Amino acid sequence: MNRSTYLLAGIVGSFALSAFALVLVPQWQLGSLQPQFAEDEGKVTDIYPIENRGVVHAGRAVYISEGCVYCHSQQVRDEQNGSDLDRGWGVRRTVARDYMFDSPPLLGSSRIGPDLANVGSEKWRNEPVDENAEFKPAKRDATWQLLHLYAPTTIVKDSKMPPYRYLFEKRKISGQRSVEALNVPTEEGYEIVPKPDAKALVGYLLSLDKSHPLKEVKTAKPEVAAK
Amino acid sequence: MTAVATAPTSTIAPASAANTSYPAVERAAVDASARGPVLFLFGNGILWLMLATVLGLITSIQLFSPGFLADVPFLSYGRIWPAFTNTLSFGWCSLAGLGVTIWLLARLGRVQVKFGSVIITGAVFWQVGLTYGIASILLGKTTGLEGLEIPTGSAVLMLVGYLLIALWAFLLFSFRSQTAPFISVWYLVAALFWFPWSFIMAHAAHVLPNVTGVVQNLVAAWATQNFLNIWLTSIGLATAYYLIPKVVNRPVHSYNLAAIGFWSFIIFTGLTGAVRLSGGPIPAWIVTLSIASSIVLLVQIVTVTANLVLTMGGQYHMVYHSPTIRFTFFGAIAFTVSSVVGLLASLRSVDRLVHFTQFQNGQMQLVVYSFFSMVIFGAIYYILPRLVGCEWLSSSMISLHFWGSAYGGGLVAASLLVGGLLTGSALSSPESESHFIQVMDISTLLVIARIGGWLMLGAGHLVFGLHFLLMLLRIGQPGGEPTLFAPIGEEEKH
Repeated sequence: MNRSTYLLAGIVGSFALSAFALVLVPQWQLGSLQPQFAEDEGKVTDIYPIENRGVVHAGRAVYISEGCVYCHSQQVRDEQNGSDLDRGWGVRRTVARDYMFDSPPLLGSSRIGPDLANVGSEKWRNEPVDENAEFKPAKRDATWQLLHLYAPTTIVKDSKMPPYRYLFEKRKISGQRSVEALNVPTEEGYEIVPKPDAKALVGYLLSLDKSHPLKEVKTAKPEVAAK
Repeated sequence: MTAVATAPTSTIAPASAANTSYPAVERAAVDASARGPVLFLFGNGILWLMLATVLGLITSIQLFSPGFLADVPFLSYGRIWPAFTNTLSFGWCSLAGLGVTIWLLARLGRVQVKFGSVIITGAVFWQVGLTYGIASILLGKTTGLEGLEIPTGSAVLMLVGYLLIALWAFLLFSFRSQTAPFISVWYLVAALFWFPWSFIMAHAAHVLPNVTGVVQNLVAAWATQNFLNIWLTSIGLATAYYLIPKVVNRPVHSYNLAAIGFWSFIIFTGLTGAVRLSGGPIPAWIVTLSIASSIVLLVQIVTVTANLVLTMGGQYHMVYHSPTIRFTFFGAIAFTVSSVVGLLASLRSVDRLVHFTQFQNGQMQLVVYSFFSMVIFGAIYYILPRLVGCEWLSSSMISLHFWGSAYGGGLVAASLLVGGLLTGSALSSPESESHFIQVMDISTLLVIARIGGWLMLGAGHLVFGLHFLLMLLRIGQPGGEPTLFAPIGEEEKH
């Protein structure tokens, strides 16, 4: 063997090692994940996680297409790896099984905005709203989410999120005002209503809840996690 | 003749005895054969660099003023940001890097590029795929995987183009007239082999139905790490290992050091990918393996840095004279800095602070711009006169480009790194009651500084692009003597 044969063999070998350790072995380990079933007298009473269907599936596509993932993560780290639990972004760290139906999981690597892993959970929805903001809806429900998409700073003061006005349309009120119309000032005789993409996106956001207990991870007690 | 004037035409190919007789006629023939494809790769790469500069500037403004261009769907931050990173990596870095690769393999192997139109065809395929991919991202059609946004259809076109170019590069390697390959060739062959496999596996993991959930993220993280730390880093180091000895006219300090550096690099870099998911929902052993491998890479950082610095042999005055050395040596130092920053960031105690902050983008900026791009600029300043037959028109234009790129790029990287550290520490302190948004406000000044950095980069790139265009039009100094910042000899008297 001459030197260039060693060189080529070494390069191919190093790639094989890398692909084996970081691609193949993890796929063997995680490829056969199943949802967690709870059974009671032979009947399945609870399944987690479940597949993304309907509005969740459609809203997820909007989330991907608008690149929400570049500012919002959807993963909660444990205490050793960060302060996510202290900040109240979840009651437990997230694990591989949480994402088994996502293709791809929208883990995110940057937090210019807060983590959204549990943005649809009951705890988060009932958290107090920003007192300094212009509008103060009682709860962070669908109305809150839509308003937040349309004009973030009116509902969260100093928000760094761009307004997604193009997910809404301004249309002439014909007859009665639409029940979907946003409660924002606009031209007389017109109303702002969400387009289907905005409604799907909000449906998806409100579905995000990774607080369901899993047997492989410890869930913090609510009073510890709350802040 | 002075040292620098002889250096480019010197026959001392770094440290290889077999290479000492390399007549100028043969060299000129090799250069002539490489002219078409290499100019095409450089020229197109620079066009992508211009686009990336505009996109980078827009994203930096949007981070300061979120409403900027927010009503234009295809210019919203969530679409511009991935368009920017892909334009920079697959447009500028990859094309210009391939141009340097082809030229280096031809020169070092003393072999002429035959049927250069195949390389040009490859570059066309690559760019048709990339253009379609960037357009898809801007229209909201992406895979949703960070670092791997380009849709699979576009990726296939790019891959076809890449394979044409890489096949020709491998032919240059196979038909070389020298048996023992030079250090640069080790790195180039590694880059050419690793990139397509990593690219294919990452896209396959997204497309194949049985690769579920977080494995897709893991493979994307792995491929991104390979792209930055193997593909770009290999080409950058290959170029530095060629240019520094050439221009300072000294052999590479130590072959053994180079070998230790190369083998530790190629074996362990491929195991570091999971640090990008540190703390994330993947099995802990994978992250631990990656952190350990990052630490082992200290061997490579130290050996490569020592070797390049010792090869300079104290001739630092060369950075005052030679544009090639000023850019390349700056890049080599930035390699060390970016690698050390990357190593520190992989440690758990640091990662828990800076993960999810702008710190990671700062480290990426150091690798992609301050290291890789600066070395490639140095290479273009060295190679282009040999292809077009005239020397660069103006040393002041080169100087302007250098200051714009060195300071602008440095400012962008520093603002990201410092901003990341500040917000990361504020978010992590357990007593911090502050609201997330108030924490983000800490870095407002740095966000403004970053816009300034991008404006400087833009100015540097405009000057560079214009200078390149003038060279293509053969508007420059008469060939023979390289364009220097200051004549050699004058500086030493001071």
